[in-house]
Amino acid sequence: METLSNLWLGLETALTFWNLAYCMVGVLLGTAIGVLPGLGPTATIAMLLPVTFGLPPVSALIMLAGIYYGAQYGGSTTAILVNLPGESSSVVTALDGYQMARQGKAGRALATAAIGSFFAGTVATVLLAVFAPPLADLALQFGPAEYFSLMVLGLVASVVLAHGSLLHAFGMIILGLILGLIGTDVNSGTTRYTFGFPEIADGINFVVVAMGVFGLGEIIGNLANESTRTVMAKTVTGLMPTKDDLKQMAAPVLRGTVLGSMLGILPGGGAMLASFAAYTLEKKVSKHPERFGKGAIEGVAGPESANNAGAQTSFIPMLTLGIPSNPVMALMIGAMIMQGIQPGPSVMTEQPVLFWGLIVSMWIGNLFLLVLNLPLIGLWVRMISVPYHFLYPAILVFCAIGVFSLNNATFDVYLMAIFGFLGYIFRKLDCEPAPMLLGFILGPMMEEHLRRTMLISKGDATVFLSRPISATMLVLALILLATVLAPAVRQKREEAFQEEA
Amino acid sequence: MSHVLQKKDFWAGVLYIAIGAAAFWIGRDYPMGTAGRMGAGYFPAILSVILMLIGLLSAARAIAQEGEAVGAIAWKPLALVVGSTALFGLLLPGAGLVVALIVLILVSAAASQHFRFEPKAAAGLILLVVFCTLVFVKALGVPMPLVGSWFGE
Repeated sequence: METLSNLWLGLETALTFWNLAYCMVGVLLGTAIGVLPGLGPTATIAMLLPVTFGLPPVSALIMLAGIYYGAQYGGSTTAILVNLPGESSSVVTALDGYQMARQGKAGRALATAAIGSFFAGTVATVLLAVFAPPLADLALQFGPAEYFSLMVLGLVASVVLAHGSLLHAFGMIILGLILGLIGTDVNSGTTRYTFGFPEIADGINFVVVAMGVFGLGEIIGNLANESTRTVMAKTVTGLMPTKDDLKQMAAPVLRGTVLGSMLGILPGGGAMLASFAAYTLEKKVSKHPERFGKGAIEGVAGPESANNAGAQTSFIPMLTLGIPSNPVMALMIGAMIMQGIQPGPSVMTEQPVLFWGLIVSMWIGNLFLLVLNLPLIGLWVRMISVPYHFLYPAILVFCAIGVFSLNNATFDVYLMAIFGFLGYIFRKLDCEPAPMLLGFILGPMMEEHLRRTMLISKGDATVFLSRPISATMLVLALILLATVLAPAVRQKREEAFQEEA
Repeated sequence: MSHVLQKKDFWAGVLYIAIGAAAFWIGRDYPMGTAGRMGAGYFPAILSVILMLIGLLSAARAIAQEGEAVGAIAWKPLALVVGSTALFGLLLPGAGLVVALIVLILVSAAASQHFRFEPKAAAGLILLVVFCTLVFVKALGVPMPLVGSWFGE
């Protein structure tokens, strides 16, 4: 019953004219930028963040969420039409989606992605509404020790479940944590690592880091191996799926939704892992696994549903615990802090309008996505066809002006240039920058919780193990680490991420 | 097998160790405090030591195992993209938005091998400058001078 009245409150918020407008603009902007090859959701959100700072918190978050799933859908469109996934979560969509497009079935692939995403988004939104409140209640009993352990678990899980080298993921997290320390220490007032620059006395703005590493770094990386690309299917036809298509996609969509929803909640999970797992699952259960990679509709339906479900449920830990499970959620948390909202379990009780408004708007946003994107596909194809060498100077311009507008300071522009340089170097060394962003956002919080815990326990570190919830989380983190380091699992993990190649 | 000095793991390790060491060195003056009352230097010290250890592991892995070589670094795009961004920051207050944008766009565009200064590109340049002027300065009110102080205002 309470859920219903909460949802009603959410509906009232989400259905106001301006919030509907922001949601729609977010979805459209997100898709428009997300379809541009080489721009994933993280870069898109980082780029568009400054646009939302002038809005009231509810509208800003609604718009950002819209940008997120818009960008994700846009990325899938690009993956299907040009075989250039903008981000890792649509890598698997490209495998079969692009093959379908080559066979002249681009319309069916796009429709499958849209319908699967919408269904998954709907289910995940319901899950969010049902499971967020009890989780937030539980989290309200957390003390600093539990929070610290939870963050450790979250970071460990994000490392284990991400692809790439474990060691480097840890290295990048620690690096991010150190970067997060820059600025004035809240407890003692000591300024740390500012090199005497008053501009960063309050810390480096996370938008600067994200735009530098994900925006600039990616541009440099793309330019390093510039290639010509061909858009498959200049005009997309056959968007309406046939009855046969619907029948074929029903089961994969269902499986993808379930799998994606579960993996999205896990710290470190989210869209990417979900889509990889769903693809593997579809291939396993299929009677004709040999069709995969050659344009199997299940290979689009499963992962696309899973990544949207995962994207949606990854909001659960973000909204209830204040823990980001992926870089996009880290940006959301950063945006909330800039809006003056302290993310955590109290958001739901103290800001019910924001919380429920956001949830309901997610479903509306998914509806927009379905209704708007299929008719607009012609426009997206035209956007994809813009050559990259026209595109990236414009992206740079928006990054530069966006970063400048944060504090009206050219200092931030220089700082972004430095992070762009670092971003390219990291990429070159196979050090994924995503964990760094997680560490950067969590750094100050982790230190604060660690200090408080140790203050209460008078310097006794065993408190992390004597408190049951905290101990459970640390043990879980340890088990995760141990399993992933075990040779057998290690091989399996590498195999699972091999689909990419 | 590639030489140790060519491997990604080796250089990543060097990077971690360098950053960790720098963080430790700069942070040596921050008050440590005690475990029960951590000073500003406590957490940074722990983190920089861990980062250096990870760096050592990574470098050791490069020596012990096969590994990928770093490969060629794309100096041209790297220098032009980073440089044009910094130039934008440098030019904005003095020369104004219009000049800063033109420099940013042209210098960064030169990083692409497909770059030709043709009518289409020029039209795109003008369009982008006009768009930014209208949207960011006029509509959103971002305080950027269109014509900077160097040109006397």
